[in-house]
This record gives sequence, structure tokens and C-alpha cells, in this order.
Amino acid sequence: MRFILFHNKLIPQKTNTNGSKRISQMDLIPQPQPNPNYPFNPKLQLLLSGKQLLFDDIPFPLEEIQEHYENGYVTYRKGIKYTAGKKPYCVRCGNKKPYWFAVYPCARCQEACIYCRRCLMMGRISECTPLIGWNGPMPDAPLPSKILAWQGSLSQGQLEASKRVVEAILQNKEWLIWAVCGAGKTEVLFAGIEAALATKKRICIATPRTDVVLELTPRLKSAFPDIPIASLYGGSEDRHVFAPLTIATTHQLLRFYQAFDAMILDEVDAFPYTVEEALQHAAVQARKLTSSMIYLTATPNEKWQRECRTGKRAFTTIPARYHRHPLSVPEFVWCGNWKKSLRKGKLPENVLCWIKTRLQNNKQSLLFFPHISLMEEALPLVKKLAPATEAVHAEDPCRKDKVQRMRKKEILFLLTTTILERGVTFPNIDVAVIGAEDLIFTESALVQIAGRAGRSKEYPKGVVTFFHYGKTNEMIKAKRQIVSMNREGIARGLIDV
Amino acid sequence: MSFFFLDYCYICQERILPDISWKALFSPEKESFICTDCRGKFERIEGETCRICSRPFQQIDNPFRDEDVCYDCFRWEEDPEWQGVLEKNTSMFVYNEFLREVIAKFKYRGDYMLVKVFSESFRKKVQGLVVDVFVPIPLSEERLYERGFNQTEAILIEAGLQPSNILTRIHTEKQSKKSRTERIHLPQVFQLLPNPQIEGKKILLVDDIYTTGSTLRHAAKLLKQAGAATIQSITIGR
Ligand SMILES: [Zn+2]
Ligand SMILES: [Zn+2]
Ligand SMILES: [Zn+2]
Ligand SMILES: [Zn+2]
Repeated sequence: MRFILFHNKLIPQKTNTNGSKRISQMDLIPQPQPNPNYPFNPKLQLLLSGKQLLFDDIPFPLEEIQEHYENGYVTYRKGIKYTAGKKPYCVRCGNKKPYWFAVYPCARCQEACIYCRRCLMMGRISECTPLIGWNGPMPDAPLPSKILAWQGSLSQGQLEASKRVVEAILQNKEWLIWAVCGAGKTEVLFAGIEAALATKKRICIATPRTDVVLELTPRLKSAFPDIPIASLYGGSEDRHVFAPLTIATTHQLLRFYQAFDAMILDEVDAFPYTVEEALQHAAVQARKLTSSMIYLTATPNEKWQRECRTGKRAFTTIPARYHRHPLSVPEFVWCGNWKKSLRKGKLPENVLCWIKTRLQNNKQSLLFFPHISLMEEALPLVKKLAPATEAVHAEDPCRKDKVQRMRKKEILFLLTTTILERGVTFPNIDVAVIGAEDLIFTESALVQIAGRAGRSKEYPKGVVTFFHYGKTNEMIKAKRQIVSMNREGIARGLIDV
Repeated sequence: MSFFFLDYCYICQERILPDISWKALFSPEKESFICTDCRGKFERIEGETCRICSRPFQQIDNPFRDEDVCYDCFRWEEDPEWQGVLEKNTSMFVYNEFLREVIAKFKYRGDYMLVKVFSESFRKKVQGLVVDVFVPIPLSEERLYERGFNQTEAILIEAGLQPSNILTRIHTEKQSKKSRTERIHLPQVFQLLPNPQIEGKKILLVDDIYTTGSTLRHAAKLLKQAGAATIQSITIGR
């Protein structure tokens, strides 16, 4: 698409007419003020409020959108801008890396057109692509008389954090909640969400993982039964729903622009830094300039931990689980050159012994391996001891089924790559890592893995063993983090001793 | 390409480690756009194939072939109206799940850059053919605006070959929903530009996938009627 400037308004051109330009090349984009006499389309208002969409995303004719722009209710922004050094960057996903851009002969603008490959899955943004938003009044969502229906109670640790969340949301502050695995962090958010809704703040909970969106949605729907909730992930049906409470994958945030008064970012640490950078960009874009930001994590990265220690980041810890038992502290066991043993068709002696003990006691266990190939070499060896053994990895099509069978106790030993390090919980298990020295096992991954044990009130104790061929710093830091959380939990009276 | 420059796979975005073997040093112009994992997922069409449409015979049972021609082509060729219209189709890869995803990302998501993944193999295949005019299968005007580019034209351009856009689409009816007989008797979906200058010329039609051969045969028929000597076709997937 191309535009000409006419009477201080942008007019779209389907062909390369004289004097027309692509939006990225326009020096300035005039924004008419909303015309109070114009009867805007409320459906377009619901669709575009707080959004940045492409023409292709909007099921209304171009002429209608353009009319709303000319009457001041719709905004056009550049999809691709240029840095001071004339290098392109993507306004939607924040990409600046040259290898994430490519160029093509574009039929829409009839020029060589640069497009962003990084956010391509959300629809292609190129130099001729406007981002479309709303410039009129926000839709009004009436409030029910009772917002929160949840009647459970919070642990002392949860309660302290919950008060902080409310405060941060009402005062538009940034706050980190550092809650150990199994602390019960969702309930910690309820009071904050209620406070936001009661003060007509639009609120969003974003997480990198679709499974978390799927798991959170029914819980929040039953806690806030009379509040419309939009649940957004790749392929979800709520794409065009306007709701005071939104639960979304961080990718879906790319379609929002200055939408939320309160943003809760869950499991910020779940992805490697490069990905995280893009997601942070999305979260920053999606919140209003004046808004609150709550970060939730069990394992903040090193930089954030340092900022917490040096007082540069406001945070609250929940150092203990809701069941008031300490976290299982991993034990380190040297197992020699285990890869070499596997190649010879053997498990290291102490690993074998660990497995046999669990077999005798019929204790379900998770065994983590650094790579699929090594795990697959170990599978027949464990299976020989215990036929009820399975292995699971990220691309395994039977992944859900195997997890289900583990829940039903049809599987005794589940071998896994780091894919089960988060989210998935089984009530009564022991946990082993084979090859804990591998680079894939970062401090955060190891803390998450150890956090799989002792999750239920009935079985709060589980053994966690890191088998290694040389202790690493990451292992030591993980153990230190767990020990110090337990110590803090005891000191604050949140753990029974 | 500098020595320690790291490339990213165009398909899966994994890093590609530089190939520092002697062979690579002596052929510096050959860039690797994709990683070895992805490379391994492309299945080249090899072994015995249908003489006309390149369908690999190892995928079909005996009753569905007639000597060196597959049953589909046999049916086309026994119809005097279509006999010999499409001399031969050459296809590069088996249209497996992986190729389906790559082509979908290329043409529907519009990741133009993926054209480079195919261009080396495409160039090699075309070198083995005698061609005067390269004709991409066109998109309708609306479809072209929607996608931003025509994938078949892109393949030619990237391979350094001049596309002749002498075909246009008459209408855009979705043909995949129709049965085979309906497709054969479908009215012509293409038209030729006036004065296409193809008399006595050897034509190569370019498309992304060969599914039923109906699209290519309809295009071929039009070119034949306009006096082309022979019409062959080439597609990425089969
Ligand atoms: Zn982008
Ligand atoms: Zn363009
Ligand atoms: Zn790859
Ligand atoms: Zn055939």
C-alpha cells in the first residue's frame, strides 16, 4: 500500500501514483482529532482499542477504516522505522538484527520492500505496512457488584506478597514477586486483579507458554465468574474480544499497543535471553505509559538477583511453599564419565543403585537428561530393570499421553529432557538429573527441576539427586538459592521446623 | 562470507556453523542457507518415476500404473483433447509434511527469502532442459495483492531467469474442492496476453506443487493453441 498526503490527511493508493510514498517513508503522519459528530462503529472500537493490527487482521473494508481515520478515530503508524544509521527496525517486535530482515519485490507498493522475519507469524510487516490502532474513547465495561468469587485463604507468605501486588497495581509501580516452586503464586494475584478491575484498570496476565494460558484461564474464570476474560494464544478464538481481563501468551502481546493499566508477566525467565528480549519489548509496548508491571518468577536470572541484592529492584519473596515444608535440597553425587558408560551399554553404578532403590520401594521418579540421544541410549537400560519406564522430549507427539500415564501411576520411571522442568507436577516423586554438569542445566533450570519434588501436602518430601561428572557453578548456585530460600522461610516463620 | 561468520538457517533459525572443510574453501560462492538437519528433511525425487509427471513409482501399487506412465497421466493421455498437451513435468522434491510447511511459510506467510532455499536445486534442474520461454503460473490480481508476490515468479527471478508473464487468471474459484472430473471439465482459468510471441517456442511452465496436473495442463493447452512447439513444466513439490 502507498499513501499520498492530501489536505493534511493520508489517502491510501493501491497503485504507484505520482507523489505517493510508503508509510515508512512519510516524514510525518497527520493525526486528525476525533470528530464528535461522527457516528463511529462500536465494533471497530472494540476490535481496535489498545491494539496495533494490520489491514489483513481487520474484518472491515478499507474504506470504513479510512473514514474512521479521517474522522480522527483510527491511527496509522509505521510498521518499519529506521535507526539513526538508516538501518530498519521493526516497530511491532523491536527487531533490529539485520539477519532478521529480508527484502522482496512487493506487489502492494511496487518497490523493493523490506520485511521483518522475526514476527512474520503474526502477519508480515514491511515498509509499506501501517499498524492500525484506535484514537477514540475506550469501550465501557460495566462492573458486577461482586468481582472476586474465590473464597480460599492465603498462607502467611502469600498474604504478604498479595498486599504488595495490590499496592503496586494501585500506585502504578514495578514489582517482582520471587516465589519458590509450589508457593501458590496464582492465588497471590487475585486481590491485585480485583483491585485493578474495581478501579476500572484494564489488566493483562502474560506468560511465554501456551500451556500456562490454558491452565490459568479456567482458574481465573471461576475466581472472577462475572468478568469477561479474553484468553489469547496462537489459534485461540478470543482474538477479537475486548475484555477488562486478558490472559495471553507473550507473543500475542505483539498485537497490543498501550492497552493495559496493569501487566503481570509470569515466568519471564522461561526462555533464553534473546527471545526474552523480544518478549520484554512486547510487554513494554502493550502497557500504557502510566501503568504497573508485576513480574512473577521462581528463578530470576543472575542480573535480576543482583539487582534485588543491591536494592535496585523492588521485590518480595515467597520463600516457602504453601504447605509449610522446606524445599528439597539437591544432593550432589559424582557418577564418573557417564556418557562413556552409556556407550558401553551401562549405567553408572550409583545411578543404577538409585534406580533400584526406587524400584524396590515402588517410588515414581523423574530422571532428567541433557540431550535426547543420551536419554534414548539410557531408556532400554532402565526399561530392562523396570518395564514401566518411558522417555519424553519436546517434539514427542505422545508427550501429553505419557504425562497422563505418569499421573495415573502407570509409569514408574519417566525419563525426560528439560521439557518437564516447569509446570508439570506429580504428587509423590523423587527426582534425579543424570549429567547435571551439562551446559543446558543452568541455575534456573536446576532450581525448577528440584522444584518438581515434594509438591503435595501429603508427600512434602522428595529426594533430589544431581549425578554429575564434575560440579559446575550453576549446580552450586542452584543449591545455594534453594538453601537460602529455606533459611529465609524459617526465619520469617513460614516453615514449620 | 567471512571465516567465522555464523549464519542462521532460513528455515529453523538454528545457527549454522561455518563449513571450514577444504571443499568449502575452494567453492566460496556456495552459501549454505539451511542447516544440515533441515537439508536432511528434503526428499529428492529419485528412482523410477512416471515418464510424464515425475511421480515416484515406489509410492504406488502396480495396478495404478501402465508401464512407465502413472494411472492419472494414462487417463489424461487417453483423452484426445489432452493428449500430448503437457509433454513432461519435472519435480524436485517429494511433497512431504516438511516441504508442505516450508512452502506454506513461503507463499502464505509470505517469507520471500525462503525462495533461496530452492533456487540452487531449481537452477540445476533447469540446466538439463532446453527452454526458450519461462512462464510462471500466475495469481489473480486480488491474490497477488494479498500475498505481496507471486511465488512461482519469485523462483524464476531468484534463479536468474527471465519470467514471461504472458498468462493471467480469469477467475479465482478454489479448485481443490472440486472432484477430478469437474476439474478436467473446468472451464479455462487462464488467458493469454495478446500477441504472446510463442510460436514454435519451447515453453517451461513453473508452479510450486504438482497435485493433479490440472492447472498445468490448462495453462499448457492455451500455450499450445497459441502455437508453442512443446510445453514442459517444473515444480518444487510432487
Ligand atoms: Zn518484527
Ligand atoms: Zn511493500
Ligand atoms: Zn534448519
Ligand atoms: Zn504421471
